[in-house]
Amino acid sequence: MRLSAAVLPWCAIATALTLGVGLYLALFVAPPDYQQGEAVRIMFIHVPAAWMAMFVYGNLALASAVALIWRHPLADLAGQAAAPLGAGFTLLCLVTGSLWGQPMWGTWWVWDARLTSVLVLFFLYLGYIALVNAFDEPTRGARAGAILALVGVVNIPIIKFSVDWWNTLHQPASIMRMGGPTIDASMLWPLFLMAIGFTLYFLTVLLIRIRTAIIARKLQVLRMAELEPDEDFAGARSAS
Amino acid sequence: MRRKRRRLIAVLAGLACLGFATALVLYAFNDNLVFFKTPTDLVTDASLKDRRVRIGGLVEDKSIAREDGGKTLRFRITDGNNTVPVTYTGVIPDLFREGQGVVAEGSMDRGTFRAATLLAKHDEKYMPPEVAEALKKSGHWQEGGPPPGTSSAKQ
Repeated sequence: MRLSAAVLPWCAIATALTLGVGLYLALFVAPPDYQQGEAVRIMFIHVPAAWMAMFVYGNLALASAVALIWRHPLADLAGQAAAPLGAGFTLLCLVTGSLWGQPMWGTWWVWDARLTSVLVLFFLYLGYIALVNAFDEPTRGARAGAILALVGVVNIPIIKFSVDWWNTLHQPASIMRMGGPTIDASMLWPLFLMAIGFTLYFLTVLLIRIRTAIIARKLQVLRMAELEPDEDFAGARSAS
Repeated sequence: MRRKRRRLIAVLAGLACLGFATALVLYAFNDNLVFFKTPTDLVTDASLKDRRVRIGGLVEDKSIAREDGGKTLRFRITDGNNTVPVTYTGVIPDLFREGQGVVAEGSMDRGTFRAATLLAKHDEKYMPPEVAEALKKSGHWQEGGPPPGTSSAKQ
């Protein structure tokens, strides 16, 4: 807790700086694309959001595995703190992708393998959140959610390789591919900066969410302890 | 300690089984997961003749012609081996041009593919116009690159 309190302001400042500089570079400094013109600037939001959507899911799955195998209480909290953020990134990726697809491809949405698998990722996040909250007993909800998160991990390689395994409307990978990136350096650096900014944002908000969850849990324990001596009285009153 | 090990093995084994099952399912549905067929598929696979399909490929150079006062578009889609003549009436995506990857949805009608929708693909290359210009000048330019969906065009 003390470490996170010390790190948190720095994370927040670094997030604001990288996102600010990254957005400036992406929107004003980076050149337009030779084919897509100015519309290429959507990439600077869309691609980092897509990376984060998968990265956060990786973290969620890892936290779920740790929670299931080693029963570490912090792992459940971390997973539950990360899931809404991942869902947010996925939604951002889907929405910006749709806005980008309309002028470039000529459609808001197609059911090709890449787009569909990302939509499935979004539903996995929502399913996880719903499942965790569906049980009266939090530990059972956490375990059910963790299993769902682990099952859903098969979707991650499908998303990544969908553009290689099947032909899709979505173009193949530009950066994480054999033979180096196919994005010009003048666009690549703003993109990386945006990706770092997104990651820092995730870390900052994740820390805040985990801290809040820990405090909430402590508060609950304190309240329980306070109620303990009165329990017989409360029980008697509700029975009468 | 032993219980943790057992849980670890259970989780790993579960994931392995799940991965294997998913791989089998995806392999089995391979034909349905591709977004479009190639002109070669259209020529070789007779079952596609009367069906509504999506075909993808590059717009052949110097094949674009307009009819009906510019309302109807006539062009050819090629995958390098076979070409299919296409007609289309409707909104044209920004990226539609010669040498560009496109996906057209429709069906064959007396030797021409009548497209109901026309989508443009863009490749994975991003660069400023000046760089593209310089590459073209120095002769390091590969027009269009490999056809889109090379995985199926390779066969």
